Amino acid sequence: MDLHRHLDDELSSLRDRVLLLGGEAEQALERAMYSLSERDSEVAEQVLDHDDQVDHLEVEIDRQCIDIIALRQPAARDLRFVISVAKMAPVLERIADHACNIARAAIDLNNEPELKSVLDLNRMAEHALKMLRGALDAFTSSDATAAREIIESDSEINDLYNHTFHRLIELMVTEPTTATRDARLLFVAKHLERIGDYVTDICELTVYMAEAAFIKHT
Amino acid sequence: MPVQTVAPRIEVRASAPVQTSSKAKVAVRNLDFFYGRVQALHGISLDIPERIVMAFIGPSGCGKSTFLRTLNRMNDVIPATRVGGEVLIDDHDIYAPGTDVVELRRRVGMVFQKSNPFPKSIFDNVAYGLKINRVTSSGSELEGRVEQALKDAALWNEVKDRLKTSALSLSGGQQQRLCIARALAIRPEVLLMDEPASALDPIATSKIEELIFDLKKQYTIVIVTHNMQQAARVSDRTAFFLLGKLIEVNATEKMFTAPNEKLTEDYITGRFG
Repeated sequence: MDLHRHLDDELSSLRDRVLLLGGEAEQALERAMYSLSERDSEVAEQVLDHDDQVDHLEVEIDRQCIDIIALRQPAARDLRFVISVAKMAPVLERIADHACNIARAAIDLNNEPELKSVLDLNRMAEHALKMLRGALDAFTSSDATAAREIIESDSEINDLYNHTFHRLIELMVTEPTTATRDARLLFVAKHLERIGDYVTDICELTVYMAEAAFIKHT
Repeated sequence: MPVQTVAPRIEVRASAPVQTSSKAKVAVRNLDFFYGRVQALHGISLDIPERIVMAFIGPSGCGKSTFLRTLNRMNDVIPATRVGGEVLIDDHDIYAPGTDVVELRRRVGMVFQKSNPFPKSIFDNVAYGLKINRVTSSGSELEGRVEQALKDAALWNEVKDRLKTSALSLSGGQQQRLCIARALAIRPEVLLMDEPASALDPIATSKIEELIFDLKKQYTIVIVTHNMQQAARVSDRTAFFLLGKLIEVNATEKMFTAPNEKLTEDYITGRFG
């Protein structure tokens, strides 16, 4: 039936857009961490410059979700999909915002003495990126099992954050002259830890979409 | 006529249709219905709890209106029809020998898709059932019952100054509410509504839906509707029919967000039908 094919087309377009937003968030994080580890402020500036496009994409997705709800009145799995996307888009945009904050920190840190190999920031970022890619894959394939596994793996980022936190506090005590740099690095670690939480939110939405199960706060 | 001639091949989970969590005003057990040799309903089992709104949805010809009419034996007037199974209202089988069908239809009122006021005054339309059932003997009591029925149907304020004018002068929405008032006047326990708003504009539809919402405080209401948004708006529970079978009955919010059966999901998401 034409009307239903029309709805299918719109849902498919919505899926494409949210995956595009997910890809933007992933790329922003990857590039922000590159700018930090390679001390490349130009790349950090590019991340910041690109953020407006990410914001614009989020608004487009919002508008598309509202249009579909108002005009198509989706039900059951279609409704769960649209609701999940509507809630997922701002989460992805927030991840991109955290990437921007890391890029800003990188610009500041690149003007300070380098601190390498004593921190787990790159491992945290690698894990956050792996979680994010996995979450987008789980969403695409409506795979609640994979989403649940990713949620479980958030504890690894939390452990790395706790370790980094204590290590940086130690450094601030032993070398107070570099406290400003360490504080900035602590913020970077916190941004990565929050990204892990946001990926968990995405996975919870995927479970809701696939199984109509609310697992948030359980 | 909403029947099908080929036996449907639909697998239904045995546990899906029956809901027994609260006391049923209407309990249907293994109901079959035939138009001549054609079976239109297949082993329907369904509980309708008291003072809720139950919506029946499904594609044209799925048997939902036929099933609705089995609940007050309106199908009896169609020649060569046959019923099997039980329809219990307050634990009494309405198809048991000796059932007073007139009394049954007083207890189980009906409102049809197309409003059908008599070519009489507004007052006489509502008073008609009271008079023929000899419910009241005094004029003042009759007036009181008519007024109350019109108030219950949310029509009183619009017609109180012209009760003696013809019912046919009312708008379509008002005529439908008049028919509801007529049904309510004889104080039924169950109200069956067969697409009561399908011929009405959105404002009149909204009034009927608000009315249904209010009426469920006093009555058990069963509504057949093709409009799934209407079912979602007005009902507490929804039953989905397909090819004469009850596929699923569930809480309405569950039905429209996460139905148990794939056939239900396919229907309400518009994948077929």
